[in-house]
Amino acid sequence: MTTPAYPTTWRRPPQIVKDRRWRVALQIGIAVYLVLAIGTVEVNWSRVYEGLERGQRFIMGFLQPDFTSRWKDIGKGLSESLTMTLTSTVIGVIISVPIGIGAARNLAPRGVYYFCRGIIAVSRSLQEIIIAIFLVAMFGFGPFAGFLTLSFATIGFIAKLLADDIEEIDPTQVEAIRATGGSWGQLVNYAVQPQVMPRLIGLSLYRLDINFRESAVIGIVGAGGIGATLNTAIDRYEYDSAGAILLIIIGLVMVAEYGSSYLRKFLQ
Amino acid sequence: MSEITHYSQVWAHRTPRKRLFMWIGWLGLVALFVWCWQMMTRDTIWIFVADAPRQAADIGNRMMPPRWSYLPELWGPLWDTINIATLGTIGGVLMAVPVAFLAARNTTPSLHILRPVALFVIVASRSINSLIWALLLVAIIGPGLLAGIVAIALRSIGFVGKLLYEAIEETDLRQIEAIEATGASGSQVLSYGIVPQVMPAFWGISVFRWDINIRESTILGLVGAGGIGLKLQASLNTLAWSQVTVILLLILATVVLSEWVSSRMRHAII
Repeated sequence: MTTPAYPTTWRRPPQIVKDRRWRVALQIGIAVYLVLAIGTVEVNWSRVYEGLERGQRFIMGFLQPDFTSRWKDIGKGLSESLTMTLTSTVIGVIISVPIGIGAARNLAPRGVYYFCRGIIAVSRSLQEIIIAIFLVAMFGFGPFAGFLTLSFATIGFIAKLLADDIEEIDPTQVEAIRATGGSWGQLVNYAVQPQVMPRLIGLSLYRLDINFRESAVIGIVGAGGIGATLNTAIDRYEYDSAGAILLIIIGLVMVAEYGSSYLRKFLQ
Repeated sequence: MSEITHYSQVWAHRTPRKRLFMWIGWLGLVALFVWCWQMMTRDTIWIFVADAPRQAADIGNRMMPPRWSYLPELWGPLWDTINIATLGTIGGVLMAVPVAFLAARNTTPSLHILRPVALFVIVASRSINSLIWALLLVAIIGPGLLAGIVAIALRSIGFVGKLLYEAIEETDLRQIEAIEATGASGSQVLSYGIVPQVMPAFWGISVFRWDINIRESTILGLVGAGGIGLKLQASLNTLAWSQVTVILLLILATVVLSEWVSSRMRHAII
């Protein structure tokens, strides 16, 4: 009897694309794309070299941030950002609750369902910054336009997640309330609301966190807040003030993230 | 007789004490809201706000009909936008992988020095929006595609790094133990024990981030970082609203398409 020849070396089997021809084709495709893509990137190396000195100054500004000399502007931008964040989250959540209920297939009739899902789709597909451009053009510069932008974006986010959550609730509880002869309003109040409330609070806190981050950005197109201050600081090459603003943003985002995750754990 | 003789006639979900606390909580929230509202609207010019519907109608009139003859000029910037997103994602992922391995509790070489540094990198990258990164980079390395690519890459580090290090921490210990039992060195454990386990997650995260990056790179041009946003900015500055409509529709189509591609790819991987 002869023992069959076992291979002496072992090669790792491919994990994702199992067919060899596909692997080769994909690799060639990626290589061709990379060559084409990198070819279109024009880099002005002398400009980059010049910029390095500026970059160094920026890093120095980041390491030695100047909080004091522009504190008045920073404080104003910060208070605008924070108030904008809170008001827009509150208003956005208040508006998105009825929309979320309307967009849940198990609670709303077909017509209402499509209407509410339409609102959600519009709100989610447009980016905050593009909405901000339009709202600034309509309502003028300042935090009011930012507030409207963030409220609009909040509606899409909260209403979609709330609607998905309502669609996944335990139907036996709904049936129990219905069996007692409860009206539609009582059904929502006693069967649906207790099941989705913890998640709604969690989502609202999460959105508060997102809204603060976004409020730092929409100022670039004139919607007020800390973003406007940051934009001015960078335009004036005041990198030490810009560094201070960025550090404040990072700090607040960290506080908001840990704070909201702590609060969510506490409330659930 | 020590039986309970009195029952409350009305059923209530919470005890009176709890209800009081809830009332105080809600009252506090309302008060905070009113105060914030007053702070925020201190400088608002209400005439402009009242005028908004007329402005909206005006802009709406100017936006319609879309100027379709502008479309051929947009293919170049659109290609640039896709390149910014793709090259930025590749760059970001390349930088995020080492950060993720440093940040994961089970692979980090030093728990007290390098791990907090890696976590700080992740938080810093995540908390600064790509538009702000682009704003900084345009000031530093000049306007153009490169600033956009680097901005997208820097922003992606945090996202990819965070999700990847969570995936690394969730790897199955038994497989790692099996590799260790064969006498493998540290790098061999990494290569044969951990990498195969996080590979699907890695590709999923990368494709997901690519999808988000397509979305974000469409607007980077607003601050001068190249792509279709440059055209948007130019059209907005010249008040060419009918061109803005075309650009927005094109952006919308691109975003929908990239979302479809990414969801198909993720289904294929996972």
